[in-house]
Formats: sequence, structure tokens, C-alpha cells
Amino acid sequence: MTNQIIILPIILPLIFAVTMLFFWKSVKIHRYVNLIGSTISLVVSVIIMIQVLSDGIISLQVGSWQAPFGISIVADLLSAVMIVITAVIGFATALYSIGTIDPGREKFLYYPLLQFLLMGINGAFLTGDIFNLYVWFEVMLISSFVLLALGGTRGQFEGAIKYVTLNLLSSAIFLAAVGILYGIAGTLNMADLARRIPFIEQKELLTAVSVLFMIAFGVKAAIFPLFFWLPASYHTPPVAVSAIFAGLLTKVGVYALIRFFTTIFVHDIGFTHNLLLISAALTMLTGVLGAAAQSDFRKILSFHIISQIGYMILGLALFSPLAIAGAIFYIIHHIIVKTNLFFVSGVVDKLKGSYDLGKLGGVYKYYPILGLLFLIPALSLAGIPPLSGFWAKFVVIKASLEIKEYLIVGIALLVGLLTLFSMTKIWNEVFWKDDPKGSENYIDESYKQISTVKKYLMFAPIILLALITIVIGFYAEPFFNYANAAAEQLIDSSTYINSVLGLK
Amino acid sequence: MLNLILIGFAASAIAPFIYKPLKNYFGWIAATFPLYIFLSFISRYNQIAGGDIIRETFNWIPSLGINFTFLLDGLSLTFVLIITLIGVVVFLYAGAYMKDYDHADRFFVYIGIFMTSMVGMVISDNMITLFVFWELTSITSYLLIGFNHHKEKSRKYALQALLVTGGGGLALMAGFILLSQISGSLEISSLYDLNETIRNAPTYTAIVILVLIGAFTKSAQFPFQFWLPNAMEAPTPVSAYLHSATMVKAGIYLIARMNHSLGGSALWQDTILIVGAITMLFAATLSFNQMDLKKLLAYSTLSVLGTLTMLLGIGSKLAIKAFFIYIIAHSLYKGTLFLVAGILDHETGTRDVSKLGGLRKHLPITTVIAALASFSMMGIIPLVGFIGKETVYSAILEVDYWGLFLLSISVIANALIVMITILVGFKPFWGKLLSTPKAPHEAPIKMWLGPLALAVLGLLMGIFPNVFIGRLLDQSAISIISEKLELPIKLWHGFNFVLLMSFVTLLLGVGVYYFRTKILHIAQNLKIKNIFKPSEWYEFLLNGMMSFAKLQTKVLQNGYLRNYIIFILVTAVSLASLALFKVENLFRITPDFSITFYESAIVIIIVLATFMVIISDSRLKSIVGIGVVGFTMGIIFIIHSAPDLALTTFAIETLTVILFVLVLYKLPKFLPFSKSYSRLRDIIIASSVGLFMTLVVLYITSIELQSELKKFYTDNSVPGGKGRNVVNVILVDFRAIDTLGEITVLAIAAIGVFALLKLKLEDRNK
Repeated sequence: MTNQIIILPIILPLIFAVTMLFFWKSVKIHRYVNLIGSTISLVVSVIIMIQVLSDGIISLQVGSWQAPFGISIVADLLSAVMIVITAVIGFATALYSIGTIDPGREKFLYYPLLQFLLMGINGAFLTGDIFNLYVWFEVMLISSFVLLALGGTRGQFEGAIKYVTLNLLSSAIFLAAVGILYGIAGTLNMADLARRIPFIEQKELLTAVSVLFMIAFGVKAAIFPLFFWLPASYHTPPVAVSAIFAGLLTKVGVYALIRFFTTIFVHDIGFTHNLLLISAALTMLTGVLGAAAQSDFRKILSFHIISQIGYMILGLALFSPLAIAGAIFYIIHHIIVKTNLFFVSGVVDKLKGSYDLGKLGGVYKYYPILGLLFLIPALSLAGIPPLSGFWAKFVVIKASLEIKEYLIVGIALLVGLLTLFSMTKIWNEVFWKDDPKGSENYIDESYKQISTVKKYLMFAPIILLALITIVIGFYAEPFFNYANAAAEQLIDSSTYINSVLGLK
Repeated sequence: MLNLILIGFAASAIAPFIYKPLKNYFGWIAATFPLYIFLSFISRYNQIAGGDIIRETFNWIPSLGINFTFLLDGLSLTFVLIITLIGVVVFLYAGAYMKDYDHADRFFVYIGIFMTSMVGMVISDNMITLFVFWELTSITSYLLIGFNHHKEKSRKYALQALLVTGGGGLALMAGFILLSQISGSLEISSLYDLNETIRNAPTYTAIVILVLIGAFTKSAQFPFQFWLPNAMEAPTPVSAYLHSATMVKAGIYLIARMNHSLGGSALWQDTILIVGAITMLFAATLSFNQMDLKKLLAYSTLSVLGTLTMLLGIGSKLAIKAFFIYIIAHSLYKGTLFLVAGILDHETGTRDVSKLGGLRKHLPITTVIAALASFSMMGIIPLVGFIGKETVYSAILEVDYWGLFLLSISVIANALIVMITILVGFKPFWGKLLSTPKAPHEAPIKMWLGPLALAVLGLLMGIFPNVFIGRLLDQSAISIISEKLELPIKLWHGFNFVLLMSFVTLLLGVGVYYFRTKILHIAQNLKIKNIFKPSEWYEFLLNGMMSFAKLQTKVLQNGYLRNYIIFILVTAVSLASLALFKVENLFRITPDFSITFYESAIVIIIVLATFMVIISDSRLKSIVGIGVVGFTMGIIFIIHSAPDLALTTFAIETLTVILFVLVLYKLPKFLPFSKSYSRLRDIIIASSVGLFMTLVVLYITSIELQSELKKFYTDNSVPGGKGRNVVNVILVDFRAIDTLGEITVLAIAAIGVFALLKLKLEDRNK
């Protein structure tokens, strides 16, 4: 197979979305196209990953314009795993959406928007050009904004306005940084940048630009002190939207940070990576404390995204092969687990009609399976062995100890304990406590009206993702090896540069 | 051994499927599962007692050095046998005890996983595998303490136990990683010969502290002891099994296991000794005003755990011998007494000692069981508890300087335990019959058979100590102190000082029992209060964390978009400037300035228009000002011969102004909201952002750009892209995929506008 395949994860969602637009009025066709499309994307992504595993980095020069003159699309190990995981989440969300999204939103182009979003995300993961990355960020931003606001409830708008304003601010900073960097280095191609930067004399200016990129991506990744948009918006849309956002959007920011601060900006690690380290510590802490202060299912989960992002940034900041491998492992684990927790929160909401911990209760007594399906990702998130989150945390902490960053180890461990605290808080309030409504087994009216098929579609992705969590936990070796290899590729950027620029 | 662990988990998982149809026999069925594991291990008894060590390795995550390495030596075999043997009794017992509970099937899942993890933990040689099982026991303990989760107390104390042991677990993990960095391996057995190296490592102190925090939280040592009495919220079989016989001994097991690699230093030995001694005495005194059967037993358990820890701290041959005998004896009698307490609760409806009395006629078998276990617990000949206490006393007496002092507090602690024993093991059965909430009757066979067996075993072990304990003792000692004991166990040591002390203990205990209300009264009059309340520290920490969390979230996530923007801008500019400040000649940079008349005129217009926007008190004027700025920017593009860009700018600016004016009508009347303070703040922020960008741009223009791109695009535009307008060729050919993306953005925006205008759903949470 040729290397053309690596553009498919970008083009396919576009084709699916446009196809759906041709059948504007038929929600049924939208559902099928979305589901089948997500399945195809999944297959394609896996093929790409296998190919990258066997042949090394694959790059494609779009329009056959030799790099750095055209735009390069590049799949290395990190990109490959990111698009696979995106496809997994896309597929899970496709199922879950059919089960949970209301007819109003379905009619108003929910599914095409989902595909547009996936297009933007895949584009961001695959591009090898910094301006092109900006374009994919825009695709992501606009489609996520519409998905966030779609339905037009007051809460949604309130969240969406904050979301879009702060993200536009980030885009503006990003764009300015692209301009400045082009002014210094005279190229937009990541590989070319990586090749040229060591020879640029104005190191301070480079550092300043790298900080601008850090801020721009930091907003996207929701690190301290830039995360405000996330807790302000993630609890407002339908839960399927929250779930896919929670899994993927921030991780695009983390991915960009990893890409830029391993491949491109490593000229002043003492400054940039120390900034990242401080931010990582504060991100972990403020996120987890934010979660402790909440009493809404989705708000707790939202703040936990932030705190977990801190662990990933920590891996990047430590900048050892093991630490970066840990960060990558963390991303993989976290996307699966966090999406799933939101899915579960959605089922609980359908069942009991609320996200408010005070109004919920009694779920475990009558729905032990749902309880189990919550416990698996929740305990994994809290880093309880032998689930996936434990290995993620273990590797990052091991890496910190090797570099003798003892303070950060203390913080990371404390945050782990507080994460456990929050997860047990949800467990306690939603699952263990009796239903405060008094009636033994209160079920919301709307749940009774959901058809059996839809219920299966709601549970299927949850079970799927829980199984993946368990597999990663019990069979961590291949995942960890993969993360290791990906980290090595990032730290030694020469293979990346040679592959993209066609140097031998 | 891996297959036994896997069978254990599998068997636990099938419990819910077979529970309902087999409910009446479930205790018997469930008991076969620990029995099977017990038999599998006891079949290796001779081999281990003969000095063999069985090792098995299965790869798990070899690239991190994490594998299922199982090691069966004297120490682990002793623990496995205790765990599974008491498991048999508890499983059988729970079959009857849990019958009336809702969802008892879930109970068996948890306790099955617990037992398997516990076995896995004590046979793991790999520190991380050990830790995995360790945490699993904490989680199952959490689920079991909170089994009656409709009760708030159960939930609260389940969480407390989880947070205390979980926090300790995290410390332990860090300790293990640090330890593995010294040897380069995660296998505990690889540390065997490295004691010197480890003790001289710079991280040694940290390792000891971290590992001990893990052990002390798990085994409820001072000041972490408070979670254990609270864990009595669990159903009684859980208290008997986890919180007396097995899980709480995990920390002690860990200390014993790590002793050969970490031990020998004053830090290690003294810390363990002192903490153990404090726990021993402190916990025993706390039992004074308790009337609840299980609480009483819990405090005595704590005291014993303290004694065991102290023995490891002493670390002499005799102390290790005492440690083993005492741990076995304790598991037997304390497990039994908990089960007896469960029977009393189950058959009479109360656990309050003051309401129980004279039940011997109604519960004859239980009375016998309780008496046997109590004799062992009080240390009366010929039960195994007697040997235990004798050896403990002799070991303490050997300690230099401290010996007599330690012995005296040990006697006091043990006297209090004697008092507890009388309260739990005798008072309910003897004396006058007191009326109970339920009409008392004997427990079913499932509930008394196991405890009876344990009690009898305690007797047999006392009479024939060498048959049961002696053979494994040497091998177990090797695991801890790398030396054989060569100290035979004897029931009778003759009349000596230690025997006298045993006698004093008993006498003192009985005395305390009879005068306990008076003593309590005097203590109250003297206002002797317990000032050490670590449970309050826990509450304080938890509440403090919550208050701080709320405060910081209120400050950070304050809900005001403008604050968020300020945060982001200030962060961006200050951090980026920090990097830029290092440039020495930043303010002396002289870019190529050749300003034309037109340019300077335009700049003046822009500046004036900007001021108009800021100062004006009419929205319309401000919009006009923004328009002026935009159009003049377009003119700059014209001057620099980019008519395409200029046209685009004009179009966008025109549209913006029109849209703004249209929106204007929808807005409420203009009011100056901002105070002068916030205006000042905004001016500072805005100008620093502007200043920063200006400086950077000036800096860049001073650099000569060496880009191949420009030349390539100009050269290839016509031959490669078939277009004379280079910008257009860049857009539709060289960088066509950018354009594809941007078109998509527009399409999505169009869809979005349509959908957002048309779809107005009801807000569910109005």
C-alpha cells in the first residue's frame, strides 16, 4: 500500500459529512453513515498504525510539492496511535449518540458536525506543517463550538460563549506565534523547523515564540492557568458531546505541546520545560481541588480532566524517554477512561434525571452492572492497580524519581489520592447512597420510553471502553513498548526530519 | 501459583451467578474455594519446612521489570496458610450470617477477590506485583466496610479506611521505586545481599519512611490506628477476616519481608519498636469506655498489632520466634472471638456488652468456643496464646536498657486485653440472664463449626507446638533475619520471672475488669482526657482540604469571562517577556526604517482612531473608530502592493461595521460600567500586550530572513501551478489543503448559524 493512505483519516470524515448533507432531512441515513463511516475510519487508522509499526514514519507531500514547500502529512508512532484512539472514540460516540441524542439535535445536523470535528482532530494529529495545524485547530474549534451550542439552551450558550472566546484568543496567539516563527526560521514545515532551529542565533526570540506556542496550546490542553473554558462549558451540552470533547479535545492540545516541545523547541529546555513542570504541578493540584469542590457529576469529571492533563504535561516536562513514554501512555489511557466516565454519567442521568450528586442515589443497589462499569474507569482514573491508570501513573512517577524531582512526586501522589477521593465521592453519592427521592427504585419517566435497542446502544460503547481499559491494564506490555518506541522517535527527531524532508 | 490466583479471581466472579439457586448451601460451596487453595499450599509444607524455596516467574511487563514472580518460603507459607484456613471458616460462616442481607452474592465476590489478593500479596516477590495485590486488598476492604451502604456511617468509614490505607499505599509505591533504583531490580529477593548498599544509599531514609508509612497505615499503627475501630461498620465476617486476622497484618508482613534488606539500622529498628510500643499501649487504653463487642475486639487487635510491630523492632531471634507464635495464636483466637461476637449479634440482636449475660444455656456450643478462644487470648496454659505471651515477654525482657520499661507497659496493655477478653468471652455467657432484643438460641452449624475448629486448633497448637508451628518456624525466621532460630518451642518453661509476669497480667486484668467503672469514674474526675486524637487530625485535614478546594476554585474559576481573558493574556505576555528580557540589546535593535509620508499619515490616523474607540461614550462612534482602523490597515496593504489582501480587508471591515451597527439596536442603553480601577488595569494589560508584540515584530524585521520558500513559489508558480498570481497559486495549489480546511470551516459555520437559529430546545434544568 502506498503512503497516500495517511490522508484518509482527514478526507474520509469530510466525505461522510458531505454525504450526510446530501440527505439533509433523513436522520436515519445520518446515523448509518456516521456509524459506518466511523467504522471505516477505525479500520483505516488501524491499518495506518500497523504500517507505521512495520515501515517506520510515513509521510505524504500533498499535491506532490516537495517539502518544505507544500504541506506534509506525517504519521509517526505518536500520530498513528492518536488517530487510532480518535477513531475508537469516534466509533464509541457514534453508537452512544444513536442511543442518547434527542431528535431535535439529530435533525439539525448533529452527525455531520461530529464528522467535521473528527476531521479537524485527525488533521491536527497528522499534519507536519504548523500553519496547517492552525487550520485544523480552526476546523475543530468551529465544529466543537456548534456542537456545544447546538440545541440553544441557556446553559449551553453561556458555556459556548466562554469556550469560543477563550479558544479564539488561543488561536490568535497561535497565529501570531506562527507568523513570528516564520519570520525567524523562514519555514512552516515542522521537520524543516526542527532541522533549522539549532542553527538560529536569536535563541531568546525563539524561546519567547515557543512560550507563545505553549500558551496557545496550553489553552487548548487546559493547563494551569489557562483552563477556564473547560469547566465553564463541558457540563452544558448533551453528554455524548461532553464525552467526545473530554476524551479528545484537550488531548489535541497536549499532542501539540508534545510535538512542539520534543521535535521543534528543545533549544532551551532549562527554561521551557521548567515552565511546563511548574505548570504541570499546578495543573494537577488546581484541577483535583477544583473537582473536590464540585457536586455535579459532570463538573467533577471536567475538573479531573485538567488534573490528569497535568500528569501528561509532567511527562513531557521531565523530558526523559521514560517520562515521555509515560505521557503517551497516559494520553491513551485517559482518552478511553474519561470518555467512558462521561458515558456512564449520561446513563445515570437518563436513569435518574439528574447530574446533581445531591439528587442522585441508589443506583448500585438495582444496577450493579452499571456500578461495575463505573468502577472500572473510575478506579483506573484514580490509578488503582492493575487498571490502565495505574501503569500510566507508575511510569510518570518512576520517571520523576529517576530525575530526582521529589517535590513533584509528592504532588503527583497527593493528587492521586485526591482523585481517588473524588471518584469515591461519586461512587458514594450516586451508587451507594439510597435514592433521596425516597422511592425505592426511582426511574426517570424518559428512561422508560427509551427503546431496548437504544439502551443496548448506550451500554455497548461503555462496555467496549471498559474492556479496553482492562486490556490495557492486564496486558500493558505491548502498549508500554509502543509508547516507549514513540517516545524514542520524538526525542531523536532525526528520523522524523529525514523521513519528511526525504533526506537519507 | 499463578493459576491458583487466576482460579481465585475466576471463582469470585462466578459467585453472583450461582448464589441464588444455591443460597442454602452457599456457605459450604464457598468454603471449598479457600479450602482448595489451603490444600494446594499445605501440600508443599514439607518441602518448605525442609528448607526449599519455591520460585515461579511469569512475564507481565518485562520492559518495566514487572513480573509475576512468586516466592514461597517459610514466611509466605505461614501467611498463606493463616489466610486460607481462616478463609475456610469465614466463608462457611458467612454463608449463614449473610443470608438475610440483600445482595449477599456481591459480598462473596468482594471477599473472594480479597482472599485471592491477600494470597497473591504474600507470595509476590516482585515489589510492584505485591503492590498491585496490596491495593486490591484496600479496595475490597473499602467495598466490604461499606457493604451496608445505605448507612451513612458505613460509607464514611469505608472512605476513611480507603484514604488512610490508600495514601499509605502511594507512599509505599514511591518507596518501592526508590528501592528498586538502588538494586536495578524490582524483585525483593534481589535485595537479599544488598543490605549494606541499601543502608548507605542517600535515599535510604526516604525509603524507610515511605515503606513504613505504607506498612503503618495498613496495619493501623499509631497515629493511623483510628480507621480500624471505625471499620467495624463492616459485617462481622469481614471484621473477623480482614480487620483482625489477615489484611491488617499485611503491613506487619511487609515489615517482616523487607527486614533483611532495610533492617539493621537504628532508624528502622527504633522507629518500628517505638511506634509498635505506642500502638500497643495507646490502643489498649482506648478500649476502656467501649461497650460494643466488636469495638472492644478491634482495640485489642490494635494492641496486638502494636506488639507484633514492636517485636519486629526488637529483631532478636527470640523476638522473631515470639512474633511468629503470637501472630498465629492471635489469628486463631481473635478470628474466633469476632465470629463469636457475630453469633451473639445474630442470635440476640445486640452487640452491647452491658445488655448481654447468662446466655450459656441458650448458646452452649458458643459458650465453649468463646471460653477456649478467650483462654488463649488471656494467655492461659495450655493454649497457644500462653506460649505466645510467654515468648513475647521473654523477648521484651532481653532488650537492653528499655527491657523492664517495655515489659511493664506490655503487661499493662495485656492486662487491658484480659479485661476485654472477660467482657467479650465470658460476661455474655455467665452470670444472670439478661433480656435481649431477640430471643436467644444456638447458632446454626455453619456458624459454630468453623470457630470451634479454630478454637480447638488453638488448644492443639498449645499442647503440641512443635508439630504445628515448630517446623516452619526456622524457615520463616530465615526469611526475616537470614538466620535459623534453633530455639525449640516449649509449652512449659518452668517457674520463672516471665511466668510470674503472666500471672501478674491475669491478676491485673481481672482487677481492672472488676473496678473498671470506678477507674473510669476516677479518670473522669481527674479530667484525664485523651489528647491524642489522630482521627480528628484526619477530619481536620479532610475539611481543610475541602475548604481550600472551594476557596481556590472560587478564585480561579470565578465565572467572569473578562477575568479569564486577563489571566491568559497576562500569563502569555509575562512569560514570553521573561524569555525576551535575556536579549541584551533588545532596545537598541534598529530595524530598517525608511518611513514614507503616506505611512506616517496612516499611523497617525490609526492611533487617533484607536483613542476615539477607547474614549468615546457612544457605541456608534466606537464602531466607526474600529472601522477606520481596519480600513487604514487595508491601505497599508495597498502601499505594500498587496491589492488582494487590501480588498479582502475592506470587504471584511465593511461587513464587520454593518453587523456591529445591526447588533447595536438589540443592545440595552450604553452605560459606563467599568470603574477607573479596572480601566487602569485594562490599559496596563492591553498596552503591555501591544508593546510586547511591537518589540517582537521590530526584532524580527531586524533579522534577515533566509527562506527558500519565496523563491520556490515565484519560480514554480507558472510552470508548476499554471498561475501568474503567486498568492492564488499558494492558496489553491502549493498549500491547497489549508484552503480545503478553511472552506470546511466556512461550511461548518454556515451549518452552525442555521442550526443555532432554528433549533431552540427547552432547558431541562431550568
